[in-house]
Amino acid sequence: MDVTITLTVNGVARTVTTDPQRPLLDVLREDLHLTGTKYGCGEGHCGACTVLMDGKPARSCVVPVSLADKKSIITIEGLAKGDSLHPVQEAFLAEGAIQCGYCTPGMILSAVALLQDKSNPTDEEIVAGMNGNICRCNGYVKIMNAVRRAAGKVRR
Amino acid sequence: MAENLSIQKAQSATAKSSAGSEFTISRRTFVQSLGAGLAITVTEAISWGQRRGGRGGAQGGGMPVVARLHLNEDGTIAVMSGKVEEGQGARTELSQAAAEELQVPFDRIRIVMADTDFVPDDGITAGSRTTPGNVPPMRQAAATARELLTRFAARRWQVEPNTLEVRDGTVTNKATNQKLTYADLATSKEIAEAFKQPIESNIALTAVSDWKVMGSSAARMNWRDIVTGTHCFPSDIVRPNMLYGRVLRPPAYGAVLESIDLSAAKAMKDVVVVQESGFVGFAAPTLFQATAAMEAAAKTASWKPGPPSPSSKTVHAYLKEHARMGSPSEKGFADAAKTLTATYTLAYIQHTPMEPRAAVAEWDGDKLTVWAGCDGPYRVKGDLMRLFDLPAERVRAIVPDMGGGFGGKHNPDAALEAARLAKAAGKPVWIRWTRAEEFTWAYFRPAAVIECKGGLDAKGKLVAWDFVNINAGGAAVDTPYNIANKRCQSVGSDSPLAQGAYRCLAATGNNFARESFMDELAAVAGADPLEFRLAHLENQRIRTVLETAAKHFNWSERKKKITPELGVGLACGTEKNSVVAACVEVGIDRKKGEIRVREVCEAFEPGPIINPANLTSQVQGCIVMGLGGALTEEIQFENGKILNASFADYHVPRFRDIPKIDVHLVNKTDIPSAGGGETPIIAVAPAIGNAVFAATGVRLRAMPMRGDALRQA
Ligand code: FES
Ligand code: FES
Repeated sequence: MDVTITLTVNGVARTVTTDPQRPLLDVLREDLHLTGTKYGCGEGHCGACTVLMDGKPARSCVVPVSLADKKSIITIEGLAKGDSLHPVQEAFLAEGAIQCGYCTPGMILSAVALLQDKSNPTDEEIVAGMNGNICRCNGYVKIMNAVRRAAGKVRR
Repeated sequence: MAENLSIQKAQSATAKSSAGSEFTISRRTFVQSLGAGLAITVTEAISWGQRRGGRGGAQGGGMPVVARLHLNEDGTIAVMSGKVEEGQGARTELSQAAAEELQVPFDRIRIVMADTDFVPDDGITAGSRTTPGNVPPMRQAAATARELLTRFAARRWQVEPNTLEVRDGTVTNKATNQKLTYADLATSKEIAEAFKQPIESNIALTAVSDWKVMGSSAARMNWRDIVTGTHCFPSDIVRPNMLYGRVLRPPAYGAVLESIDLSAAKAMKDVVVVQESGFVGFAAPTLFQATAAMEAAAKTASWKPGPPSPSSKTVHAYLKEHARMGSPSEKGFADAAKTLTATYTLAYIQHTPMEPRAAVAEWDGDKLTVWAGCDGPYRVKGDLMRLFDLPAERVRAIVPDMGGGFGGKHNPDAALEAARLAKAAGKPVWIRWTRAEEFTWAYFRPAAVIECKGGLDAKGKLVAWDFVNINAGGAAVDTPYNIANKRCQSVGSDSPLAQGAYRCLAATGNNFARESFMDELAAVAGADPLEFRLAHLENQRIRTVLETAAKHFNWSERKKKITPELGVGLACGTEKNSVVAACVEVGIDRKKGEIRVREVCEAFEPGPIINPANLTSQVQGCIVMGLGGALTEEIQFENGKILNASFADYHVPRFRDIPKIDVHLVNKTDIPSAGGGETPIIAVAPAIGNAVFAATGVRLRAMPMRGDALRQA
């Protein structure tokens, strides 16, 4: 049976009435038309669908929307403040850490979560923090550089 | 959001007859070119490519300038290409090519790609063909346009064209300081007429030494949209009243549907069910509902199993048994002092681009528009025309910049599925394959058996060679080494799984076997692997990259420090008119059965480099993708079922697997540019195998090379 869920997405209060078992990913994309969050596996293995839920990284493909009730969600569309990009977005552009770009939203949000947690991570910490995100263009070298570049520039 | 991406007709088409019997369609069309809207006038000639159905980036060949290029009133220039952007950088490189020959800054170019209503048929995007096949015609079109501008100005000012100078989009008469820009000509009838003339295929192009825009690391123009999540990939297209679709799949290869009860699915609210011949599909307002309907129906399905087929464990014996080949060559082996034979194998692997195949189909009366993640917009269009028996003007296929392909998206499967469902539903329908569907029903990179035989004379010179690839294909099957007697061939077999293209396809397997086997022969000859190769190598381009990689890696010193836990190896090769060499260091833990690649130093030369930063990304990407095929990627199957159809069970490289990577691009300016997105992958696996051998003395002859084999050894 459908339920009504209230959540904040990118700072805006939203209400959806839907099947509580639907993945948060589907609700973001289909109901709220926020298609920046991507599907890569639907099983929590690739990180393409990463969003921040109450500030923590979450795999939106395996989060039933019922668990997002009363939560605050940040998606890739909500990172920039007007025209000014988030430092991690800036770093991805500066390093050219984008090939097809399909993994990029998930990579950026995982990097934001990592840097909020540890503002100056070691390479090992970057690898550990990002290892759940797959890039099949295999652009890991430049993505690592982008995360290193953004280090120290993300506020907790 | 999807509306922003598509090309919208600001005003409806107006048709007017002009002089004589010629009928010209001229419509003002608003093209959304990646954020910056631009208005272009579409004339009959602009859609030339559609009607002629030309292929493979026609080199001039009578194509009018207007089919490739259009001047806009705001000073920007629209250029058109039938190629697809999927992360390899075609969008940037083609824009650089146009800017270079037009003599305008890079940001003046607005490129329209892969929309069959506007672009010529440049064939599918594959085989590293965009650089050699599509860049030259783009340059010729731009150079022709620049020439026409110059001649137009010369006529107007009554001077000789060669007294004028074109720079920064402006033609200047230095004597009088008269100026004319591309924007000034955008509304000129005379230029519109002139642009109907064919692109001059013999026109002089800018010499590599004079390149200003080509050769630079221009960034992709839609990167900002990607980092802000506003770029619409094929799976992000949303249309009004759109439904989400799912398709019923067989439980195993070859299974045929005998019966199914669709009543439960049909009874679900808002669900559309389609059954026609073998196709059973479901569409609903949410993906969740469509999936529920499909699962309800699937429970009632009964399937007739396919004929028995081999498993991933027995497939290599099966391929060999079914190989269509003659007897091995004996030529030259009689004189050899030593003969060595070895059999190498390759597993089936999957491309797994991060974006699964996806499509949205929309019918407007009997006109069909499909957005699809596919390597060939005209292939999508052609298949849709055949399926629904539609004439060309009623089908439009658009490929938005998509989320990877690697040779895996040649077939428009999802487009056909979406179009069938949309027709039945009377609404647009969206399809995106699940990851499990991608792993199971997308075609695979072929498995192979490769048989090698080599003969050395008493001095350790390679004098006889016999090399057969069974099932994977002929790319790079020929050896680049000088050998007096050789036979290199590729033969077919019966593949139990659907197989098709892959990044560099057979060249990876062939180079793995050849370069590993060269090491085996070097060991028998008692020679250093580098010296042994150079002694048999006349190809100066390969020698250069081999020596470049060896120098930067410090090969001669590091090979002295090999231990049972630490090996170094090298390999080289050529394919698609580019050359590559790699040196690697591996760490080995025989107790755990682990191979860890610690460092890869690769040199790559594709002729004149068009965009160094983009090429570096491509080479890095190839190296890392190559690690997957070399060490971990393997489709396991039994009784027609894929057993590891998930990223949990099929290991692709992740951050943790990344070695130190050192890329050296060699810019060779006296030959045409070759593509760079594939060949850098071919040297990785054999260099790793050779390093493992150097450390352990164990030769791994199966891709992927499993560390387990070392544990048992
Ligand atoms: S789509 Fe959610 S982790 Fe892969
Ligand atoms: S850039 Fe293509 S998957 Fe990462």
